[in-house]
Amino acid sequence: MATTQNRTVSQRKILVLGATSGIAEATCRIWASQGASLFLVARNAEKLNAVAQDLRARGASFVEAAVADLDDTDRHPALLAHAVNAMGGLDVAYLAHGVLGDQTRAEQDFNSTARILHTNMIAPVSLITWLANFFVERHTGTIAVLSSVAGDRGRKSNYVYGSSKAGLSAFLDGLRNRVDREGVNILTIKPGPTKTAMTASMKGSEKFADVNAVAKAIVTAIDKRMDTLYVPFQWQPIMFVIRHIPERVFKKLNL
Amino acid sequence: MSTAPSPALEKKLRVEESQGQPGSGTSKSKASFESWGRYPNYSANVIPLHWQSDFPAVTEGLHNGILPVGMGRSYGDVCLLKDGNLLVTTGMNRLISFDPETGVLTAESGITLAQILDFAVPRGFFLPVSPGTKYVTLGGAIANDIHGKNHEMAASFGNHVPSFELVRSDGSRYICSPTQNPDWFAATVGGMGLTGLITWAQLRLKPIVSRMIDYEGIQFHGIDEFLELKKQYQHIEYTVSWLDCVSTGKNFARGIFMIGDHSKVPDDLKPSPEPKLVFPFEAPGFALNSMSVSAFNTLFFHKQMKPHVKTLQDYEPFFYPLDKVLHWNRMYGKRGLLQFQYALPWETAKEGTIAILREIAKSGLASFLAVLKAFGDIPSLGMMSFPMPGIMFALDFPIKPGISFPLMERLGDMTRDYGGRLYSAKDAAMTPEQFKVFYPNWQDFARYRDPMISSSYWERVTGDQPSL
Repeated sequence: MATTQNRTVSQRKILVLGATSGIAEATCRIWASQGASLFLVARNAEKLNAVAQDLRARGASFVEAAVADLDDTDRHPALLAHAVNAMGGLDVAYLAHGVLGDQTRAEQDFNSTARILHTNMIAPVSLITWLANFFVERHTGTIAVLSSVAGDRGRKSNYVYGSSKAGLSAFLDGLRNRVDREGVNILTIKPGPTKTAMTASMKGSEKFADVNAVAKAIVTAIDKRMDTLYVPFQWQPIMFVIRHIPERVFKKLNL
Repeated sequence: MSTAPSPALEKKLRVEESQGQPGSGTSKSKASFESWGRYPNYSANVIPLHWQSDFPAVTEGLHNGILPVGMGRSYGDVCLLKDGNLLVTTGMNRLISFDPETGVLTAESGITLAQILDFAVPRGFFLPVSPGTKYVTLGGAIANDIHGKNHEMAASFGNHVPSFELVRSDGSRYICSPTQNPDWFAATVGGMGLTGLITWAQLRLKPIVSRMIDYEGIQFHGIDEFLELKKQYQHIEYTVSWLDCVSTGKNFARGIFMIGDHSKVPDDLKPSPEPKLVFPFEAPGFALNSMSVSAFNTLFFHKQMKPHVKTLQDYEPFFYPLDKVLHWNRMYGKRGLLQFQYALPWETAKEGTIAILREIAKSGLASFLAVLKAFGDIPSLGMMSFPMPGIMFALDFPIKPGISFPLMERLGDMTRDYGGRLYSAKDAAMTPEQFKVFYPNWQDFARYRDPMISSSYWERVTGDQPSL
């Protein structure tokens, strides 16, 4: 058995891509208070620095931050190798970056659609390919990816975003089927509406799930080596119903 | 055969789409923001701040004025701006640094005292000054220069803030401390958010070895007994009294004198559990009548069966007994509540308190919670700070149309005549005339107000027109 698997929770080395997103930051706070090592990646240097400072103060054993535009897939191998070197290993890779995109615009403009698909699917696939092979070689490791319930079925209100997440989820399902036997865990996370900076402007956002509760569920799912996490859990039965509505009915709905 | 999803489900699905996205930061929405007293009720545009760099960027293109606000735990309209823009800081809640040698914590201003305690207590540190709820932000605690049960020893919150950053709507930034930009420091401590946005602040925490408080509760009858106890126990850090303001005759001004010190016996410093109880509904108006209140008060008084108890108590029930029930303010129903909180100088403290208590008892307006304590001599650092050496008294009134406001005005006038003042953070009824006597520095202070920032309180007590 590889040594990394024996590392206690507090010694864990975690790579976080999209570390300034609300859900990612809340998750990192839990890991920091457990004393984990964290390598953070995000686009905005000022925000990244604020998050890194906070996690250091909360007790993370090690925090390093790198500013990167993850759309640039050519840079991925160097970035990931640097993260592994900086922490002296890697136990968990947590992918939390992505864009909602503008559905209305995407409907008229393929380039806009292509950008959403690139950021939400192609770029994560590039990262995950490298990470999966890294972990398979060592027969250990977890890749946890923020997908979305929107990927469970395309709907007119957000099918471009939804299809990027559907592609990502399908990729993760297949990858899990390949690497599970190699000791590598793939977690697909499907959050429902959560109170974050991103959703603050949305109607009814005060009723959204508490980001800290969502983060707690994600940490637990990683610890338990789960395959799929709907969070809050009610989304699992809701999406079960949505997936099973016959298409001839579904196509008439305003969803 | 599957059926179509309900409209509620459709709605739920429509908002679901944004998950797992990097925060874009700034956005605005019309949403309700209530103060704790739930009176007055004004609509405003709510703009959440998530990053220090969001301000003043978010103000671009805004019509009407702005006001930075935190948890909305002040009672009246000091955290409201009718038809304006409320910048809610609670998303700006990151730690910046902590020095265990000095106990100085540096954090973004939207962090709550509850979040600070979660971080500090397991590390053996505690707040230098605790208000009656831990659900207030660091920035709000400074902006209202709040006080706690240890005022006689520790003065108010601003006395424990080594420095903070103030950002104005024109983008100018001031690092403020008692020695650096001291005028901006003095205007902002107790400045009700009107001088600009506090982006980050430092707080000097104090070491503890246990969560526990060495608690004593002592029954008293009358203000003389209260003053005697106060003198006898002046070496104890925390003191506060519960007072029955409903009873007359031989039970007039009966109460329980409650004191505590941090236990010196080292003990487990585990973090607090999450609160579970939520006051589930708005009480109907009749629930809170003078009979139910006097029953409650009698029950509370005799809950402590013996005239004198000594026990070890966790800090949560000692400092934050009401936090156990989230949204207890709903007990007062839709109309909300008014709080009357005064400070009177020692010269008139006893005479004034007795006169005001008689006036309250005479009014028959029910109140669950009346709190009495002494303020010490250490001066607060803000131009608009509330405390003054003497006696502080606070109680809640339900809002009864036609009765509550005339009573509040009468009590405010009595406070003025006895040379005291009312607390802005709790106020929804002070008259402009009263305000100008209570806070004689107000015109000096007004020069430090940010031209974009105002509050419904400020407009009410100064008679200022809405800004912009």
